[in-house]
Order: sequence, then C-alpha cells, then structure tokens
Amino acid sequence: MSLLEVRNLSVAFGENRVVDDVSLAIEPGEKFALVGESGSGKTVTAYSILRLNQDARYGGSILFDGQDLLKKTEAQMRGVRGKEIAMIFQEPMTALNPLYTVGNQIAEVLMLHEGLGAKQAANRAVELLDKTGIPEPARRALAYPHELSGGQRQRAMIAMALACRPKLLIADEPTTALDVTIQVQILELLNQLQREENMAVLMISHDLNLVRHFADRVGVMEQGRLIETAPTAELFADPREPYTRKLLASHPQRVVGDVDSEQLPLLACRDVTCAFSISKGLFRKDRFVAVHETTLELRPGETLGVVGESGSGKSTLGMALLRLSAAQVDGEISFIGKPVSAMSRNELRPLRAKMQVVFQDPFASLSPRRTIEQTVGEGLALHKPELGRDGIREAVGQALAEVGLRPEMMTRYPHEFSGGQRQRIAIARALVLKPELILLDEPTSSLDVSVQQQVLLLLAELQRKYGIAYLFISHDLAVIRAMAHRVMVMKEGRVVESGLAEDVLSNPKQAYTQRLLAAATYSTLVD
Amino acid sequence: MSATIDTMDAPLTAPLQLSPSVSPWRRIWLRFKQNRRGYWSLVIFGILFVLSLMAEVLSNDKPLVVYYNGEYLFPIVQDYPETRFGGDFATPADYLDPFIEDQFERDGNWAIYPINRYSYDTLNYFATEPNPAPPSAENWLGTDDRGRDVVARLLYGFRISVLFGLALTATGVVLGVFAGAIQGYFAGRTDLIFQRVLEIWGSMPELYLLIIFASIFEPGIGLLLILLSLFGWMGLSDYVRADFLRNRNLEYVQAARAIGLSNWQIIWRHVLPNSLTPVVTFLPFRMSAAILALTSLDFLGLGVPPPTPSLGELLAQGKNNLDAWWIVVSTFFVLTIMLLLLTNIGDALRNALDVRKKS
Repeated sequence: MSLLEVRNLSVAFGENRVVDDVSLAIEPGEKFALVGESGSGKTVTAYSILRLNQDARYGGSILFDGQDLLKKTEAQMRGVRGKEIAMIFQEPMTALNPLYTVGNQIAEVLMLHEGLGAKQAANRAVELLDKTGIPEPARRALAYPHELSGGQRQRAMIAMALACRPKLLIADEPTTALDVTIQVQILELLNQLQREENMAVLMISHDLNLVRHFADRVGVMEQGRLIETAPTAELFADPREPYTRKLLASHPQRVVGDVDSEQLPLLACRDVTCAFSISKGLFRKDRFVAVHETTLELRPGETLGVVGESGSGKSTLGMALLRLSAAQVDGEISFIGKPVSAMSRNELRPLRAKMQVVFQDPFASLSPRRTIEQTVGEGLALHKPELGRDGIREAVGQALAEVGLRPEMMTRYPHEFSGGQRQRIAIARALVLKPELILLDEPTSSLDVSVQQQVLLLLAELQRKYGIAYLFISHDLAVIRAMAHRVMVMKEGRVVESGLAEDVLSNPKQAYTQRLLAAATYSTLVD
Repeated sequence: MSATIDTMDAPLTAPLQLSPSVSPWRRIWLRFKQNRRGYWSLVIFGILFVLSLMAEVLSNDKPLVVYYNGEYLFPIVQDYPETRFGGDFATPADYLDPFIEDQFERDGNWAIYPINRYSYDTLNYFATEPNPAPPSAENWLGTDDRGRDVVARLLYGFRISVLFGLALTATGVVLGVFAGAIQGYFAGRTDLIFQRVLEIWGSMPELYLLIIFASIFEPGIGLLLILLSLFGWMGLSDYVRADFLRNRNLEYVQAARAIGLSNWQIIWRHVLPNSLTPVVTFLPFRMSAAILALTSLDFLGLGVPPPTPSLGELLAQGKNNLDAWWIVVSTFFVLTIMLLLLTNIGDALRNALDVRKKS
C-alpha cells in the first residue's frame, strides 16, 4: 500500500480553481518531486496534504496510511502535522519564529507530539541539531534564528521537521533561497537523513537540475494539472508531454555575439573599495569592507559577468560603479573617459542617461501607482524635455515594442503584468534613454526558466543592435555562461578569478571556482 | 491579485483583448464602494455636509425674497431698515416682528421664508414661551436658555464642526506627511535629530498651553486651529516615516535614482504615492478626533467665543439645564450620528486599503 495516495484532488479559492484533478501516489521511503513553473499549483498541492491552504475548497481525497486527511477534523489534523507529516519551507528566516531560540522551537515540537519533559526535549533538540551537521550544536540550540546563517537556519528547520520521525517530509523549494554551495550540502543532508530514517520525501521545486539528481520519481505540473509522472531517469531521457519537453529544453543557451577588443574601455575602475560604517554603541563606529581593491574594464558591446554567492560584494560593486551605492567608495571610476568618482551629484546627472540599471525583482522595481508610460517616460522627461509630451509617448511606445510588449499597454499599471512582462518593462525603462551601459543585477533570478531564456535572448539581441555594454551580476552560472564574454568570480569582497568566459567556466584555476561549478551542476551529489 | 495579461508567448499580431485598465486608487475606490455600510455613510455624510453648507438658505431669520410694493427685495443678501417696510425706526428690520409679517401679506405683497425661520444667533423677541422653550411648531427642537433656536444652532454647529475637522485634518496631514517624509527618506542623522525634537515637542502639555494662549490672545476658531494643528500631526508622521523607511529601499526608488531624478522628485512621484495608505486610512478617524477635540474644548468653555454656534457649547447648555432635555438629547444625537458616519467611512476605507483582503 502506498504511504500517500492523492486521488482526483482539486483545490479552489473562491471561483478560482488552482489544482485540478491531481492524482499521485508516494511509496514509503520514496523521493518524489513535483516540478512546474510558478503558478502551476505545485505548492498548493503540497499544502493541501497538510490542509494548510486558507479559505480553500477541496475535492477528491488524500489517503495517508489509508486514512482520508480531508475528512479529518481540525483537531485530528493537528496530530498529523509535524508528527506524521512534516514540512520544511523555502525561506527559513520567515519560517522560524524570530523571538525564540532554535533549540526552544525544536523542543516545542517534541513536547507537543512526543510528550517529552522540558529537559529531555532540550537534550533531544541538541541531538537533532547535531544530526543535521550544525557545528557546536549545544551552543547553536541557544541561538536565535537571526544569529544563524541561511544554511544553518535551513538545517535547524530540518532538525525541527525530523523531530518526531515523520513518515513523510514535504520540502517546499528547500534550497531556493540558499547559495549554490550550501544548496548541495542541504540536499546531501536530506539524502542522508532520508536513507537513515527511511522516510518518504515530497520535494517541490522549479529546478529541474536539482530534481534530476535528487528524486526517484518526478511529477510535472502545468496550470493546476499533473500532466506527466515518471521515474526520474525515464522522464529526463524520454519526456512524453510537449510541455515537459519545453521545460527540459529551456535552460539558458549561449546567445552572445563578438566584441571588438581593440576599442577603448567604456567603463574602467581601479582599486575600488566599498566600505560601510556600522555604528556600535553611540559614538564608536566599525568599518565593514564589502569590496576590496577591485579593478575592471568593460568595453562597448561587451558583457562582463560577475559571479559570486550572497555577501560576495558583487551587487555593492555594481551599484558603486554607477555611483548609486550608500557605501563609502574609494578608488577611481571612469565612464566614457570621464572621472565619475570625482563628480558631484549635479555633474553626474547628464551622464545618468548613459548608464542604467535593471534589478532582480520585477515586482519591487516598478512603482505600483504609476502607469507604464509614466514609469518608462520619466527618464526622457528629465533628460530630453525637448521631446514634449507626444515625443515622449512615441519613444515609450517604441521602447515597449523593442522589448516585445504592445505600445497600447502603456496606460496600464504594473499589477496587470506577469513577472516576465514586468522585467521587460524594466528593461524598456533603461533602454528608452539609449544607454551605453546597463547594470543587470540578477535580472532573471526571479523568473521561470522558460521566461528566463526569453529575457536573455532579448538582452542579447538589444546588445547586438545597440552595442550596449552589460555588467551582468548573477549567482547563476548557467546564465553567466549564456551571456558573458568575460567573467569575474567574487568571494567575500575580493576577485578570486577573472578571464574569458570559456576559460573560467570550463577550465577554472581556483579551487573556489571549481567548487562553485561543481555545486551548480549537482555533480557531487551522490545518490 | 487580479489576473495578469499573458501575452508573453502570443505573437504581437494576435487580437488584443484587454479589460479596461484600472489604477490602484480607482481599485481602492471600487473596493470601498462594495462596502455598503461605508459607502452609504459617505453618501449620507456628504448630503448632510452639503445641506449644512447651505445653512443660510435653509435656516435664517431673513426672508429669501420679498415682493413689496411692486419691488423685488432680497433681505438675505442685503439689510433693509425697518422704515423700508413702513416701520418707525431706521434699524435693520426684524422679520419675526408680527407687524413686518403683516406688511408682507397685504396688497399683493409676498415673501418667501427659509424652511426654518431662525439663524443661529436669532433672538425671538416675540416668543410666547419662556426660555428654554420646549419643542413646538415655531421651534422644532425648542430653544436654548437664551431663546435661540436649537435646530438652527445644530445646523450651523454641524457645519463649523465639519469645516473645522476638515481644516485640522488637512493641516495635520500636510505637516505630518512632510515631517514623516523627511525623516523616513533621509533617515540616518536627520531622522535621529528629528525624532528627538518630536519627543520634546510631544511632551508639551497641550491643554495647558491652550488655556494659556486662550487667555493671552482673543479666543477664536483661527487660534484654535493653529494651536491644535501644532500638536495634531505627530501621530501621523510616525506612520508616514515608517512607510518611507520601507519604501526608500525598494528597487523602483533605486531605479529612479539611476535615471537621475532629484531627491524631491523621487519623494514626490515615487515614495509618497506608495506611502499614503496610513494617511488615507486615518483620514476619517482624524476628522472625528478633530471634531471631538473642538466639541470638548467648547464644552469646557475654552473653545470658540460666545455667539459662534457650536455643539460643545450646546452640550454645556444641556448640562446646565437638565430639565430642558431637548437641548442635550438633540445635540447628543447629532454628535453621535456624525461620529458614527465617520467611523463607518473609516472602517470601509481601511478594508478597501487592506491589500491582504481579496476583492
């Protein structure tokens, strides 16, 4: 008998049916993965198993150990949650209560479900933390969530989930918020614990590469339906559905053109150091150096990829080069031969049109109360007021057409667009000023894979057409591989390795780069 | 969340089928309208306010139009001496005088009177009852202890209360948003200094200052407005500051900076519109608080000077003349209805602005 059997599940919020007729079964000790793009209903399906969706109407049945979870009372469900079926979430910072120590939160689960005394529970919490590979578990148990790193927090979450030896662990994008090298460690840990405890794992992910190395069987979801289920190897070798094929094919492909290396550099910086002052107490101040003496050059029409894990200083460097950083910046920066680093705010203003930014989060980078026309046309009104109202409108229309949107959409507001469309609007906002340099700060990280490739293609095409130079910041090596002419690898504020993209990415010299590359392909993950 | 238009994969030539675009503010208005209680409260409040703005036409001791000896006269806009209508004195005519009324009824003369024939300060020298007089056909809600019509006082008093509330809310919002915006946007040292100044300012004893100032200067509605405005903005500035602190770090503000906009342009166009939620939510509540403040000061005798119609003054009269129940009951009723309507509007507004609720 299957451990979990979902039969014809449908979930609706009001009129909106999000999950439609989904049936799947998970055997004891099996690793099952649900993949799909955002909005495909995979998370809602997983939440349904624990009945965690609010205001949802359910249809069908969810049999766990032969009992229908949808028929249980709320009180009975509380006995299942955390004890029989446990869950770990994408963002451990928000999933852990910031006001309690980690040990306390694990102990709470034990006291609730296992009936342990406070002392026993505390000891067991330390054991569990030890099991998840956190160094100094006894000390970490007394730490608050904010005192732990992202990877440690996720380990603590896992310890909490495993506290009652659940038969099924639901992992909702457990590594998405983590750096690549940490991702691999967490997956290895999940693998090991799964074997030791012989529990089943339901993994929710959008990352096909990860699923391929982790799961036994895979289910593909599209628009609320489970369209294909197959053993992992079979699915990747011979996908039946066209959607699955499209999904598998949509990893970034190299799309860059050639650069004239004889040209003078557009942007050059020498020994740039970025430091933040952190106030300690009332009068004492500490200096935190985010970027150490960094030197780089960028030619017209060239893409320089800056790779690094979070906290490596890559975004700080990018913002500093455009004089947008709040940090104290030392060193020389020149742009089109002009010393940007020595200019005042007002002197800099005319140059702003030539250097633009596109940010990571398309939901935060557009002001929700301004129409697309206002957002995209704002820079023109400032830098080219001679165009007049009609001229600006025309230019905005052209820019929107250029990024693959309809000019008629300019009267609309950001909330009416999808993530990919919003990112196109953000690109249009930069493009409309005819910049020579665009800083791309993780421009595709929050997009679905299929949309990601479209945006990359668009960026490459615009580069070919207008000879724009890109400073491309990303943690995603696949994206950098697709886009960059040259690559710079950063770690803890220093450049570890730099050179032509082909050289660095296929034949890395530094150990850190090698580790990064290995982690990105999950090739170290042994099953 | 409303549905997004998914044309990403569709070719550009496909027919465009879009629902009409709705701005965020308009969506809030639509959500507000869905709340029947709040919406109708707003409608009723609006009607009452418009009626009270026309108080001079509805409740006045002068006729609107008079046809007298072949001439059209407009006493409501122009004073006429009593001699004009065959009286003995050159003083302004008293239209409640039976003699004058009589003049308008003979020889084809006529006069159109307002619905209620008393203004807020009208003393009826020809009244038959002692003051305070109970409700009657002449004075629908009776008179106060000086013989002034309660209906007229309530109508004019309502108007002053609402106008005062609007003015105090407006100045409070402007000051509060301005102060909050500066603290929140520039943050750091500016914020730190401003916060300390605010703390000192906020710990001043407002009521005693009011009493002191009321004895130094001639008390009046203008002085009250200034004094209450000086202190009324602080609560709001904290909320605006918090929203600014959050929004200033969002990427669209960074993007605006990258375009080269100046700080004030960024504040005005980008941060401010996205930080107005607490301001709008608090508007009706601030207004009812302002009205209550004026009413309590009037009740204590620290408010507006004597002839001004005011709800607080009426309440004080009611307290001093407990046997004249019509004064306190009717004033209490008007005050309660007004504050209830404002609270309903505020509730609906808060729900409409709550993004976590689905429309």
